[in-house]
Amino acid sequence: MRSRGRRMVAALRAGGSALRGVCAAVIGVPDYERYVAHLRRHHPDQAPQPRAEFAREQMRRRYDRPGSRCC
Amino acid sequence: MRKTLAGIMWAAVAATGAGAFAMLALARGEPVNAAWLLAAALCTYAVGYRFYSRFIAHRVFALDAARETPAERLEDGRDYVPTNRWIVFGHHFAAIAGPGPLVGPTLAAQFGFLPGALWIIVGVVLGGAVQDFVILAASVRRDGRSLGQMARDEIGPVGGVTALLAVLGIMVILIAVLGLVIVNALRASPWGTVTLALTIPIALFLGVYLRWLRPQRVLEATAIGVAMLIGALLAGRWVADQPALATLFTLSASGLAWSLMIYGLAASVLPVWLLLAPRDYLSAFVKIGVVVGLALGVLVVLPPLRMPALTPFIDGTGPVFAGRVFPFVFITIACGAISGFHALIASGTTPKLLAREPDARLIGYGGMLTESLVAVLALIAACALTPGVYFAINAPVTALGATAESAAAAIRGWGFVVTPAELSTLARQVGEHTLLSRTGGAPSLAVGMAYIFSRALGGVSDTAMALWYHFAIMFEALFLLTVLDAGTRVGRFMLQDILKYVWAPLGRVSWYPAVGIASALFVAMWGHFLYQGVTDPLGGINSLWPLFGISNQLLASVALCVGTTIIIKMGKARYAPVTLLPLVWLITVNMTAGWLKIFSPDPRLGFLAHARSVTDAVAAGHLPAGVASAAAAARIVFNDRLDAAVAAFFLVAVIVIVAESAREWVRTLRGRAVRRSTEVPFHPRAAAVGAD
Repeated sequence: MRSRGRRMVAALRAGGSALRGVCAAVIGVPDYERYVAHLRRHHPDQAPQPRAEFAREQMRRRYDRPGSRCC
Repeated sequence: MRKTLAGIMWAAVAATGAGAFAMLALARGEPVNAAWLLAAALCTYAVGYRFYSRFIAHRVFALDAARETPAERLEDGRDYVPTNRWIVFGHHFAAIAGPGPLVGPTLAAQFGFLPGALWIIVGVVLGGAVQDFVILAASVRRDGRSLGQMARDEIGPVGGVTALLAVLGIMVILIAVLGLVIVNALRASPWGTVTLALTIPIALFLGVYLRWLRPQRVLEATAIGVAMLIGALLAGRWVADQPALATLFTLSASGLAWSLMIYGLAASVLPVWLLLAPRDYLSAFVKIGVVVGLALGVLVVLPPLRMPALTPFIDGTGPVFAGRVFPFVFITIACGAISGFHALIASGTTPKLLAREPDARLIGYGGMLTESLVAVLALIAACALTPGVYFAINAPVTALGATAESAAAAIRGWGFVVTPAELSTLARQVGEHTLLSRTGGAPSLAVGMAYIFSRALGGVSDTAMALWYHFAIMFEALFLLTVLDAGTRVGRFMLQDILKYVWAPLGRVSWYPAVGIASALFVAMWGHFLYQGVTDPLGGINSLWPLFGISNQLLASVALCVGTTIIIKMGKARYAPVTLLPLVWLITVNMTAGWLKIFSPDPRLGFLAHARSVTDAVAAGHLPAGVASAAAAARIVFNDRLDAAVAAFFLVAVIVIVAESAREWVRTLRGRAVRRSTEVPFHPRAAAVGAD
């Protein structure tokens, strides 16, 4: 019984974090974890940009050309 | 067996759609229920998606799930990221949906609901969705290249430069006309003004929150922001109830215009994390929430369409804007039927996210169908109002006079019934002093939405109407402001890109003097048109909205030219009509409308005729109605000529781009030009299964 409750909490938590991920992706929040994972896998020799710097640069790039917003 | 069943089902869908269209077209006298309009739209979308987009996906492009997409090939964890197609769909929709599909159909309702409905539904299936899909597929095959780059690569340098100038031109006009819509919605409305003004400190707070208090907690911050928006709504009502404060925040149209210019300048110069990004997150949520809410509200209420199918104004005498139903319904409704601006999105962020090529069908074609549905909902909200109320809100003051009595008399003269008491009651219900001549579409849409929302949630009480009205105004203004600030920033970058040829340091994007000069220059460009609209005795929307429509359709022509060129260079010339037919239609519409706006002898319609009529009046020693001084008259004449020049520029740009493209088509078909298509060669997905 207890383990079932725990499983439900875990499932809810997983669902919540998935929902958060979807919302963030839809509104275009830069995904730092994904970037680090990509770098680890494909370019293990490169040090990833710090989180804040990554976020700032992604945001800057988003607003310097047409293509992210419409009428 | 299954095939037969599917056949029967699709035949039923098609028959339902056709039946619904017949109901819409044949109904006379009795109001038609909005359900018929929704049914006609949804059935047509379903058939178009199932059959036409499939034809384009399979026959024209032969989209292939085994082919690597740029997101896979160039994955960098930043821009190129393979993403679930439904997430890309949401992202793409949030990017393309803006105030355009809300405002255009509302304005076009002056012809009755039928012309707008037909153009939105048929236009999207054969034109708009095709354009978005084709450009997205083409860009996916070209490493996610932008429309401008594709125009240069496929059509040639002249085409590329024309596309660049067209984009700059459309940005200027777009921002000016959307600014004018905001001004008309907030003019002399302390509640609306305070609410919208408060969204700026809210965005700044969220920016600081995300930077220093709780970095990266975007969703948490956005939830706080939404709660604060509701607070802003209530604060606006409170201010409007305090006579002293209310006077302070009752701004004139020109005061609001100046405020918008200052805001645009600030947004362009300030760092994006402080203002633009948090505001963008906030408005993306509000946008999707309201669109879903509006769809549910319309479904629950299913209001009757009290606007007739056709009004007498199809002959061009309408008060909202001048011009006959052809070509002006096709210019007024751009977004929702076909919007060239989408080609920039479809060749911007979206193509770099696609995990599989065939996803382009859902995202490109399906995304545009969804935007078209938003336009249909806006049309329903506008046509659910009685025609009398609709025209009282949307006709300029020169047509209505300044009082409820004069307005009711003028509207009776057009053949619609409304009493002065009705007009003042409605204004009081929504918490405003007056709703007369709030041109631009936003306020009448807000009244329609307030009516639908309060009906859907039980009972139309005054409190509910007022809150929903101002909620809708806040939502629309937030939408509009997001385009205005992000657009100003993009425009600043584009200007710097051009100015660097004049003097190299002006192109440096992090050198304050260059940033300041380019921002001020760009704000001055749209600010001029905005100010002209605000002071225009004909109401401003009448001259600026058609210019916006023409520029948007010009961009769509560029996109369709690029699409046709690409289809021909793929060796699929027999399928070229897929983009060629909408292109021919757009050219016809655009040329006719542009010509009329410049040369029509009717002063309400033609820019040059209007300039002449003002000059003649001044020469005869009296000033036209609504013009205060000889200097003001001279400014009007100058602006008319400027508008004519801008329209002429857009027309010339269409001609240049079409001629350049046609030359390329002929050269390719005759085998004189090498088919130097820039498509990236087929590369199969690495060991398709199991690999990262």
